[in-house]
Amino acid sequence: MMTDLTDLTITEALSALKAKKFSATELAKAHIAQVEAGRHLNAYITETPEVALKQAAESDKRIAAGQMGKLEGIPLAIKDLYCTKGIQTTASSAILKGFVPTYESTVSQKLLDAGSVTLGKVSCDEFAMGSSNTTSAYGNVISPWKRNNGDNRDLVPGGSSGGSVAALAARMCMGATGTDTGGSIRQPAAFTGTVGIKPTYGRCSRWGIVAFASSLDQAGPFARTVEDCALMLEVMSGHDPKDSTSAPLPVPDFTKALTGDMKGLKVGIPKEYRLDGTPAEILKSWDDGIEWLKDAGAEIVDVSLPHTQYALPAYYIIAPAECSSNLARYDGVRYGPRVEGANLRDMYELTRAKGFGAEVKRRIMIGTYVLSAGYYDAYYIKAQKIRRLITNDFLEAYKKCDVLLTPATPSAAFAIGENEDDPVKMYLNDVFTVTVNLAGLPGMSVPCGLSADGLPLGLQIIGKPWDEATVLRTGHVIERAANFVAKPQAILKKAA
Amino acid sequence: MTIDNATVTKIANLARIRVEEGEKAKYAAQIGGIMQWIEQLNAVNTDGVEPLASVMDITLPLRRDVVTDGDKQPEILANAPEATSGFFAVPKIVE
Repeated sequence: MMTDLTDLTITEALSALKAKKFSATELAKAHIAQVEAGRHLNAYITETPEVALKQAAESDKRIAAGQMGKLEGIPLAIKDLYCTKGIQTTASSAILKGFVPTYESTVSQKLLDAGSVTLGKVSCDEFAMGSSNTTSAYGNVISPWKRNNGDNRDLVPGGSSGGSVAALAARMCMGATGTDTGGSIRQPAAFTGTVGIKPTYGRCSRWGIVAFASSLDQAGPFARTVEDCALMLEVMSGHDPKDSTSAPLPVPDFTKALTGDMKGLKVGIPKEYRLDGTPAEILKSWDDGIEWLKDAGAEIVDVSLPHTQYALPAYYIIAPAECSSNLARYDGVRYGPRVEGANLRDMYELTRAKGFGAEVKRRIMIGTYVLSAGYYDAYYIKAQKIRRLITNDFLEAYKKCDVLLTPATPSAAFAIGENEDDPVKMYLNDVFTVTVNLAGLPGMSVPCGLSADGLPLGLQIIGKPWDEATVLRTGHVIERAANFVAKPQAILKKAA
Repeated sequence: MTIDNATVTKIANLARIRVEEGEKAKYAAQIGGIMQWIEQLNAVNTDGVEPLASVMDITLPLRRDVVTDGDKQPEILANAPEATSGFFAVPKIVE
């Protein structure tokens, strides 16, 4: 009997497609069926089975002609922050309901050009603002994972890229796109036992991706293995004249970087990440990771990132400031539903009051406040100075090491509704990831084991600027040592 | 830093988001709480530190000031809630 098509890795599927063991159409159909079977998870906002089947048929023609792209016939889920030509793009906000872009984002176009198949658009936190995927105007996304201790509550998939990882972990796609402004790729990857990498700021074009905080936002891939992630990143990366912050640098062959060799590599362990109150199982997973890398020949070096504790509060000035500016464009004039008012100003205010959710409004208002006359220097400039100090911390650490190893998150996934009473409590989810965005560095989360409750935990690997290759190489070694084979209950139930 | 209802009113006006009277206290408490948490930044000595606006260590590229794209009026107006005669339409602003 043939293995379940939805359980294959991208790399396995590509060689099977090449060997004509099954067709791209069969692969697409298997995934479309899985998307339908997993609708209770609410991962997709817009399913596009007709698009997928059409693209798969074209893939089959190219495969027959021996012209396979790097991701030929591979069914992907696209975060609903990426503009997709002719397919509704909402950023999980009511203010973009019904918005159908007339253009394709550079990164999703690159994925299409490589032969991939689009299964649909997956949910996220509204405008990527959140760590739980509970701020989407289209409902909560539910993690396919459950605790194994009798607690049957639905868990969050993490956020903001919650739909991407819920779909990926539940085998409702083979890979997915995400974006990461403060941890939105790495935290959801850690919560769902998937691999996600945020490349160096400037590696992927931001053109056509709905902007949240432009100096922090980066696109990146999710997949179920490091190798698949490397392959997707290779396709997604590259200079784009349409994004002035995209780097004019060649894209390395990331899959070739996965040599398994750690000899001579110096891995930094930042002592400031050993926070008071971090659960013992998180610290243990970190110690395991250190041992695995040591066993593979790496040298472990203690380093210090002294300004770590100030990263989150600095982020919550910079990100809202940029968001208040970026989201000024949603005013009921060019796109999205309009709420009529007595005059133009009334129309703006009512449209924005109705169209934005609570968290987005909160962040716009904080951003407006810190940028307003009299507060700009005290908050915004102060935060930018701290951003410099945080970046310098990393540069100093990299004089002593090549990569850093840290936990990805301070806990395993939590139940929907938890951490909702106080915004700051939710923000603390990103305590280990947000520093990386402020410094523009590449960072990846790789599954490393299970919590006592049977939930996935992730380790974060942070690299030097433009050195995703070493990040992937290190992640690959951890992946092999951890041998993470657990599957979410939603899948196991189906198999049984 | 405590945030009062008057400050919420001012911010909401600047941000063009209608906040009803009954919601102001909730916003004041939440935004005040976040701002209070942010106050810890004052503990950091940043004298003489250059603010960092972008991590990209590159000069923004220049290109010739010529038209590179265009003739897309239907595409640009395609998602407008109201468009007329090739323009975006808004409520009347001049009596």
